[in-house]
Amino acid sequence: MTTPSTTAGWEELVTSALLGTDRRGGVSAAAGRSRKDAAAALLDEAALHTVRRRAGLRPGPAAAPPGPAQPDPRPALPAAARRRLALLLSDRPGAGSGARRGNTPDLTELLPQWLAAANEHGYAAPPELLPALLDAARGRTDLRPPALGFAGPRALWLARLNPEWKFALRTTPGGSALPAPDDHEAVRQLWEEGLFAERVALLGAVRAHDAEAARILLESTWSTERAEDRLMFLDSLRTGLADADEPFLERALSDRSRNVRTTAAELLSALPASALAGRMARRAATSIALDALRTGITVEAPHECDPGMERDGVVATPPPGRGQRAWWLSQLVESAPLATWPQRLGGRSPAEIVALPVADDWQTELHAAWCRAAVRQRDAAWARALLGAPASPGAAGPGAVSLAERAKLLSTLPEGERAGWVAGFISAHGLSEAFQLLGVCAVPWSEPLGGAVVDALNIARDAGSYPWSFSGVMGLAERCLDPAAAARLESLTATPDEREDGAPGAGGYWAEAFQRLVGTLRLRAVMREELAGAV
Amino acid sequence: MTQQGVRWTADQVLALAPDAASRNAGSKLGAAGPWSEAGSSKEGAVWGLCKGSGSKPYQTVVDTAGPAYQCSCPSRKFPCKHALGLLLLWAGDGDGGGGSAMPEAEAPEWAEQWLAGRRKREQAKAAPDKGEGRPADEEAARRRAERRAERVTAGVTELEQRLADLLRGGLASAEQTGHGLGEETARRMVDAQAPGLASRVQELGMIPASGPGWPVRMLEECALLHLLDQAWLRREQLPPGLAATVRSRIGLPSSAEGPALRDRWVVLAQYDTADARLTTRRIWLYGQESGRTALLLSYGAAGRAPELALPVGLALDAELSAYPGGGHRHALGERFAPAAPAEVRPDGAPADGAPAGGVPAGGVRPGGMTTHEAAAAYGTALREDPWAESWPVTLRDVIPTPVGDGMQLADADGAGALPVVPVSRPGLWRLAAVSGGGGVTVFGECGHRGFTPLTVWADEAGGAVSLC
Repeated sequence: MTTPSTTAGWEELVTSALLGTDRRGGVSAAAGRSRKDAAAALLDEAALHTVRRRAGLRPGPAAAPPGPAQPDPRPALPAAARRRLALLLSDRPGAGSGARRGNTPDLTELLPQWLAAANEHGYAAPPELLPALLDAARGRTDLRPPALGFAGPRALWLARLNPEWKFALRTTPGGSALPAPDDHEAVRQLWEEGLFAERVALLGAVRAHDAEAARILLESTWSTERAEDRLMFLDSLRTGLADADEPFLERALSDRSRNVRTTAAELLSALPASALAGRMARRAATSIALDALRTGITVEAPHECDPGMERDGVVATPPPGRGQRAWWLSQLVESAPLATWPQRLGGRSPAEIVALPVADDWQTELHAAWCRAAVRQRDAAWARALLGAPASPGAAGPGAVSLAERAKLLSTLPEGERAGWVAGFISAHGLSEAFQLLGVCAVPWSEPLGGAVVDALNIARDAGSYPWSFSGVMGLAERCLDPAAAARLESLTATPDEREDGAPGAGGYWAEAFQRLVGTLRLRAVMREELAGAV
Repeated sequence: MTQQGVRWTADQVLALAPDAASRNAGSKLGAAGPWSEAGSSKEGAVWGLCKGSGSKPYQTVVDTAGPAYQCSCPSRKFPCKHALGLLLLWAGDGDGGGGSAMPEAEAPEWAEQWLAGRRKREQAKAAPDKGEGRPADEEAARRRAERRAERVTAGVTELEQRLADLLRGGLASAEQTGHGLGEETARRMVDAQAPGLASRVQELGMIPASGPGWPVRMLEECALLHLLDQAWLRREQLPPGLAATVRSRIGLPSSAEGPALRDRWVVLAQYDTADARLTTRRIWLYGQESGRTALLLSYGAAGRAPELALPVGLALDAELSAYPGGGHRHALGERFAPAAPAEVRPDGAPADGAPAGGVPAGGVRPGGMTTHEAAAAYGTALREDPWAESWPVTLRDVIPTPVGDGMQLADADGAGALPVVPVSRPGLWRLAAVSGGGGVTVFGECGHRGFTPLTVWADEAGGAVSLC
């Protein structure tokens, strides 16, 4: 604001006040008066100035406006859903978090689901909640893609005004600031002139839309890109990988950067028809054969890693603690097309091959390599064979296949089969090992998986342990169980009588945990209805 | 008008929380999980049993008409997390239809007891005091007032003396030696029964530590204090309105003597300021019919939220009476219906008792003005009250524009801009987010330091968004 032009007299007054009228003599009109009058006269004058200045204030000049945000054409949220979002966002993590979780739903954990559902409906975010939404996404990287997708163009506009929200400009999700993938002119321009993050996002978007066009785009500037950038760009070819990519990837095998070479080889090995896959198949096949009786497998690991192998991505030096030959073998087997083996091993099916005994302790090494191959080539038949029956005693033990690898194998199976396998696993082995496996199952859990989890929780309660031993699974169940399961859980929310052999007080804690579970499921059902506009 | 479907929003409920911890604790309880036997009545009462850590659930009742709260928990927070959670459950529960967690019902015995007691007290309070003041009482009251005026005059005279001493020695030396008008002078003013002067003196003591430019602020405040002293000493010569302002600035008690004005009052803003002893809540109301802007003040001891709570976006059919003097301060008189969302209006003909006349489109907000008009409005207000820090105004079509670390509100045509003095940082970003770079309507307080935005509306159809 600007002040009317009486500043000269005012400054005089301020100086007099600072130094004191005894020293300065006060305002001129006070000359000849007593010392006390001089001070009073100064205050009179200052009061006049103060009120005059305030009464005369005028607005200052307007700065350049920030410019309008891009319009958001999506429809507005239903009112109830808007209120729900405000609630979810007001429950900030860390604030007032006790050691025990009590019986009330953990709202922050429901935010990702809410955002995913809102994005499916295609709603626009309410502007007044954007700051809270950006703050939430700032603290949680996993929230960023759905939160920014939902937040839309106005959030990007807002993020440009506040440095705390810079991350939103770096992690632009598809659609908001990128050109449409079939707008060749704009795509070409952004690809040639954009910042690295924009280019990565652009390549990803184009690849998802038209795989061929994305590879051609990448090839056009390939030789001028920096090595780190080449690696990132190459990585985005995982989406929509196809045989048409082979010539380009084959050239990348001679790249200057070793990391780029390794990644290219890995991508090629996921294309069973590629020349690299064929070369790997021939190399692997010389190491593995049926024994003389044709009832078991013998392994003769490679004796050297020749330059051809190295060019095809085989790393010559093993990590500490691994034998050289075993290391080479595992790399050959994981890169060879799985279709090689039935042919090579007497026309057996994957299940029959996995069941064959392997000589000289090679089984662990060989099966682990096949697991990686099945995951890389997304081969459900091999995955099924390697997983085995969920209830088999070896499934929970420290076998050849670790839980992490099993989780990866499961993700190659169709959703229903995946849930069925995990349900079988839980029924046979309980919940203690199930967390990772549950993580790859589709949400909400379909039957029989949901029932198996609830039954297993019930068994764990009856066994007299404390619920926090299962807090991971409980948390997952709150987020992933079908809300329809709430009715069946109702009977578990009562506090049972204390049992003599149980842990003291466990019954009450279990009741509380089940109350939270039921409460969360109900809340999820309500959230879904709200977003559908049913409330 | 029935109360069905006029439940509050979650934001409005959360605005009642006394602090951030209660907000969080309350929002965790805002789901069906821990609640049982919950219900609500047509009259705006809400109740439920909340399972806590003990064996006996807490009994929580809220009268949303107050709002007033009752809970059997030992918390000293007010409202407690259970009351907040219950209200959230109620707010999130839709229209109370089938399958609802809070069906409309008769209040259970334990809730009804408290509700009945409350109704009785309300009626007793609302009933006008019919007893004519006896002459002896009036005489005694007059003598008390005289004695108090004498004490204030003695205090004012002493304060004038101390101010003159301060200026003779110079503000600079006062800063160095710490012999300004500090705590001791403030206590003297409390003794003189002039709390208004006491708090001004106290604030004066904090100015030297307030950063660059403090001598200017210090002299301004000294001068205004001097002006108030002089006005008190010559109050007999002042016009009645200004004399009333002086009395209220000095801190003498006054009562809302203005005629009762019934209107549908829309809550424009509610925000709290707190010092070590007291939480002060300011609630700005706008009369849909009268077009009048009114201020309600409510106080709470430190750490407790003031009792009166009217979340932004509600409207209440009530009578207000003005306090003497030129300000906006009013007292809340009779309330004819529980506060309800401002957007919800009776269908068709106005219901019994509701003010007649249609509500203009988007009319739940005051008409706006330009930044120049706003600055002029504050300037004009100083004629009635030279001590006014700010004046409530509504800016029309202004664009929140970031400038350096701060922000200004600029007229869309670029004619002028007021610097923003924010209540809170998050509020500032909400303001920017709602604008999206376009012109918005903003209600706030325009003063000599700038404009404090309190509430924003995006467009004709948009609801009020609180910035506090």
